[in-house]
Amino acid sequence: MARRTPVPRIVLTSVVAWTVGLVIFFPILWMLLTSFKTELAAFSSSPSFLFFHWTTENYVAVWTRSNYLEYAWNSVVIALGSTLVALAISVPAAWSMAFSPTKRTRGILMWMLSTKMLPPVGVLVPIYLLYRDAGLLDTRLGLVIVLCLSNLPIMVWLLFNYFKDIPKDILEAARMDGATIGKEIVYILAPMAVPGIASALLLNVILAWNEAFWSLNLTSSHAAPLTAFIASYASPEGLFWAKLSAASTMAIAPILVLGWFCQKQLVRGLTFGAVK
Amino acid sequence: MSRFVYLTLCVTIATALSACSSGGDAGSTVAAHGKASAVTPTTTLVIATVNNGDMIRMQKLTSDFTNTHPHIKLKWVTLQENVLRQRVTTDIATKGGQFDIITIGIYEVPIWAKRGWLKPLTFGADYDVNDVLPKIRAADTYQGKLYAAPFYGEGSMLMYRTDLLKKAGLTMPAQPSWNFVVNAARKMTDKKEGVYGICLRGKAGWGENMALLTSMANAFGARWFDENWRPQFNTPQWKAALQTYVNVMKQAGPPGAASNGFNENLALFNAGHCAMWVDATVAASFISDPKQSTVSDHVGFAAAPDDGKGKTTGWLWAWNLAIPASSKKTADAQAFIAWATSKHYIDLVAAKDGWANVPPGTRTSLYDNPEYLKAAPFAKQTLEAIDGADTHHPTVQPVPYVGVQYAAIPEFQAIATTVGQDFSAALTGSVSVDQALRNAQAATEREMQRAGYYKKK
Repeated sequence: MARRTPVPRIVLTSVVAWTVGLVIFFPILWMLLTSFKTELAAFSSSPSFLFFHWTTENYVAVWTRSNYLEYAWNSVVIALGSTLVALAISVPAAWSMAFSPTKRTRGILMWMLSTKMLPPVGVLVPIYLLYRDAGLLDTRLGLVIVLCLSNLPIMVWLLFNYFKDIPKDILEAARMDGATIGKEIVYILAPMAVPGIASALLLNVILAWNEAFWSLNLTSSHAAPLTAFIASYASPEGLFWAKLSAASTMAIAPILVLGWFCQKQLVRGLTFGAVK
Repeated sequence: MSRFVYLTLCVTIATALSACSSGGDAGSTVAAHGKASAVTPTTTLVIATVNNGDMIRMQKLTSDFTNTHPHIKLKWVTLQENVLRQRVTTDIATKGGQFDIITIGIYEVPIWAKRGWLKPLTFGADYDVNDVLPKIRAADTYQGKLYAAPFYGEGSMLMYRTDLLKKAGLTMPAQPSWNFVVNAARKMTDKKEGVYGICLRGKAGWGENMALLTSMANAFGARWFDENWRPQFNTPQWKAALQTYVNVMKQAGPPGAASNGFNENLALFNAGHCAMWVDATVAASFISDPKQSTVSDHVGFAAAPDDGKGKTTGWLWAWNLAIPASSKKTADAQAFIAWATSKHYIDLVAAKDGWANVPPGTRTSLYDNPEYLKAAPFAKQTLEAIDGADTHHPTVQPVPYVGVQYAAIPEFQAIATTVGQDFSAALTGSVSVDQALRNAQAATEREMQRAGYYKKK
């Protein structure tokens, strides 16, 4: 029979967990509240938490001024597109590194990770020139490519760590039964790795959805996603916090809902290897 | 399992097809305004702009333009000021050709025109170029050619609370001195009531605290560079300017002033926490608006302070529309710019939204219009602020650069942001005024030598 956890410990743990959770969630809550304030109330030096004049005028203004659905559709296409392409490349890459490693595998993995250490602005001009010549500026395909490449190292690392935990004996058994490499990946490896693939996929969707640097620099009027939509509401002169908050709430709403439903897989993905 | 694979495959193909179909209008980020026309638009103009009230109003009124130019469709790319600057600079420097019309400040106009990044503008007689305010026109002109047309312009001035000034037993002179302002700020401060004598920009940045401090330094007889491009932060004039700023802010400024920019000070003033505020003239319409300001009945305007040396803390800025050299739609772009910066457009805004909402600071005729003068009590002061700023002779002593609150050289943004951080640190008290000036001098010398303006002795 399992030992019962003492009640004070449960209370203490709960209080700490709720406090940490609220602190982390507070910026989003504040953004949500600000989006329902007037511009004057949003900028007030003595801000009110709940007792203010609630208004939806900011949402109306943002909806009227910007074509939100077009931005949102671009975000969906770019986030899903870059994730699926990255998945198609990273699954076989991680498989080969996990099950047929060479003496250079570790070095290649480190090299892939090192590409994430380069500040994107360092390659902005070369990428911009390449895209200009290839006609990829302000196209969704262009953003799919650059975000896919940008997130590929993380995908490979996540999947590599997951695949490593899968016993090689199972794959060898499949080979003895005559399975080809393709069948091995599709029928043996993939079903066992679905949780890992799902969490890598979700993480990549979120990273691509939130990406701002390339989205702002490589798009203008056709392929701009929701990050560009948010950026259009900051103003150098004049009050803008309430409308910016409304735009930000509308931008994060879809991914927040997705994250809520898929939090189990997401947490699994983010804590890969944490307790090994 | 096979269902999962097929599903993934289908979604991949669908997304890839959608990603590839990025041409056309499916992904248009901003709906084009305007009534349906019998003529299908054949030309699309992409306009990069900043998010402020005047620009947003222009987007709403463009049907007036597209009705008379039915072959043109407009698409707007609205970005935050610094992002826009970086985005447009990247595109224009690499000849990316993403934009047909760009919104740029008077800082960029001479630099970009010199590099051949902008197309010169030529307007017909009905545009009346000579009606554009001379100081703004001069700032948009390079080697005798107009490279940008002003959409709105601004200077700087002193805005103050008439009730608090009266309570302190003071009278605001038409041309206040910094000495008067400092003393008045001390007298009007009532920290228990949350009233601070003066609000000034403290947030670090070349367009934030350095816009004010450079203008303030001009008033104290300081300058950024001597005639040989040598930095001048080691002069007594700079020390006097910075010391005055730090002292008055410590004694009579709001708490946390080092993080306050235009918008933060606007909010403080509107909430009744500032007795005086030296900033852009565009603020006058915000603080006089009862919908935004709790003190709109008690605001007064005066010239930006001086120090008796012949220059004031006035500055000059304008947001302009220009055509990048990479645009292939010059004629249509110019037609739009002519419409957006015309007298007709001003009349259109007045008819739709009232005279108080017309873009200020661009045309002489606007300041002769009695209806505008009636609707905008700050108009006279705005005009005087703009007229008083001279981009070509901004300082008491001669300088090799153009610009009042900036020096129109490409290196200025980076240098002034670094210097702004040093001065912001002096405001918080983490370094002394002397140390901040030494740091600024060292950093500016290093960058100017590196850029080849002069060699180290």
